[in-house]
Amino acid sequence: METTYYIYNLIANSTTELIAAVIVAIIPLLFILPYALVAIYGELKISAFMQDKLGPMRTGPYGLLQPIAEVFKLLQKEDITPDAADKPLFNIAPVLIFVGSYAAFAVIPFSSYFAPSGLNVGIFFAMAISSLAVIAIMMGGWSSGNKFALLGAFRSVAQIVSYEIPAAMAVLGIAAMANTLNINTIIESQSGWFWNWFLFGGQGGIEKIWVIPFTVVMCVIYFISSLAECNRTPFDLVEGESELVAGYATEYSGMKYAMFYLAEYANMFVAAALITILFLGGWSSPLGDILNGPIWQLAWFVIKTMSIVFLQIWVRWTLPRIRVDQLMFVCWKVFLPISFVCFLAMALARMVQ
Amino acid sequence: MGLESIVFYLFAVIVVASALVVVLSKKIMYAAFSLLFTLFGIAGMYAMLMADFIAVAQIMIYVGGILVLIVFGVMLTTKITGVDVKTGPTGKLNYIAGGLLAVMVAGSLAWLYTSNSWISAPVNETNTSINAVGNLLLTEYLLAFEVGSVLLLIALIGAALIARRK
Repeated sequence: METTYYIYNLIANSTTELIAAVIVAIIPLLFILPYALVAIYGELKISAFMQDKLGPMRTGPYGLLQPIAEVFKLLQKEDITPDAADKPLFNIAPVLIFVGSYAAFAVIPFSSYFAPSGLNVGIFFAMAISSLAVIAIMMGGWSSGNKFALLGAFRSVAQIVSYEIPAAMAVLGIAAMANTLNINTIIESQSGWFWNWFLFGGQGGIEKIWVIPFTVVMCVIYFISSLAECNRTPFDLVEGESELVAGYATEYSGMKYAMFYLAEYANMFVAAALITILFLGGWSSPLGDILNGPIWQLAWFVIKTMSIVFLQIWVRWTLPRIRVDQLMFVCWKVFLPISFVCFLAMALARMVQ
Repeated sequence: MGLESIVFYLFAVIVVASALVVVLSKKIMYAAFSLLFTLFGIAGMYAMLMADFIAVAQIMIYVGGILVLIVFGVMLTTKITGVDVKTGPTGKLNYIAGGLLAVMVAGSLAWLYTSNSWISAPVNETNTSINAVGNLLLTEYLLAFEVGSVLLLIALIGAALIARRK
């Protein structure tokens, strides 16, 4: 699409390509930092609401300054490196995990006028790059020199690698229906009113109704798998504090722990954005051509994505943690067969179209 | 120097430096993790050659699959079993033989590089390689594709069988 690189071209025309590339690469960071503050505040307030408490009330009106206070607290903390730790790897791991979640932002289109990259294999890239987080978690867990950290890293890898398969089936199904791996084209093929979203079977008349149950089930499977890939409750066995202290992050403190924290929230956003792109029409307006300008598209994208983030927080504070054997059972014996069936149905829907 | 050459040299430095760490590092864990940067750099090289699908597949398969397996293997054999896997000096004779071999290989490569007149193919700026890859896999290389799939299926069944036998 011509307009994807609008901002890049705008800057490149007045300065050089290099400066434009650097600025476009930095823009998502300017979004993540305020988003993380909002998400932390949301997490605190929503969890408090669900548990019938008030949540933070003392720092600023309604505790609005609480996330900023937490950031300052983390900045001031002593940066401890344990004696048993492997220092270089211990220091690289928090950076690497954030690199992994930040790299995924390279293909996330915030509007039809802005995506850092309009890569043609965008959705494939977003899935592949998440493996960087696996390596970073293993690096952190192993280099801490702590058995709890190592066990947490083991669990994390087993969990992320397993849940990648149902998630990949969902992505494949959408790729088959949209006939592309390009994120912008996937979104464009869902344009029009909200019943054209892939959640509701994509474009087509009333005869597409038989495929809607399959796409809805696929969306639910993808949502749950993305929760597992982000290590969020009910799948946070990786850092289950009653069993593993804090998992791979046990030995981390101060800024390095903050990096893990930031990466978790960035990962949540990426997972939510991918659900938005795959099933909820991405930046396209749910009302057809009404309110479908570039700025409105940005607003729609953020609204849709933040709703999914809200859902993630909601699930976290509603459901208890599941056991390891249940985790593997759900993935291999429930999600995998169902996602195969749904994939076949979605491919069939594409063929009869 | 344009943007492309800057990116190329960046990737080249990453690949060579991390590959040197893989070879020279005393700790095998460093070698395993350093492989991450080598594989990423090579993926970047593929992307610069307009092979976007191969670049992402490189990350998916090598970083997400093979490297995780390697790190798992190393992790489970060092600190847990208490055996420290390390590389060390091997003796003077090996240095001499290895050095000679290295000089010979480097010399022949340099000779090959300088003596040939290289023809660079015209740059074919494609938007994406994925359509071509898909078409070729399902037409010209169908047999290889199917044999590969059957091989993977056999490996999958074999892994399940081994895992079940308690």
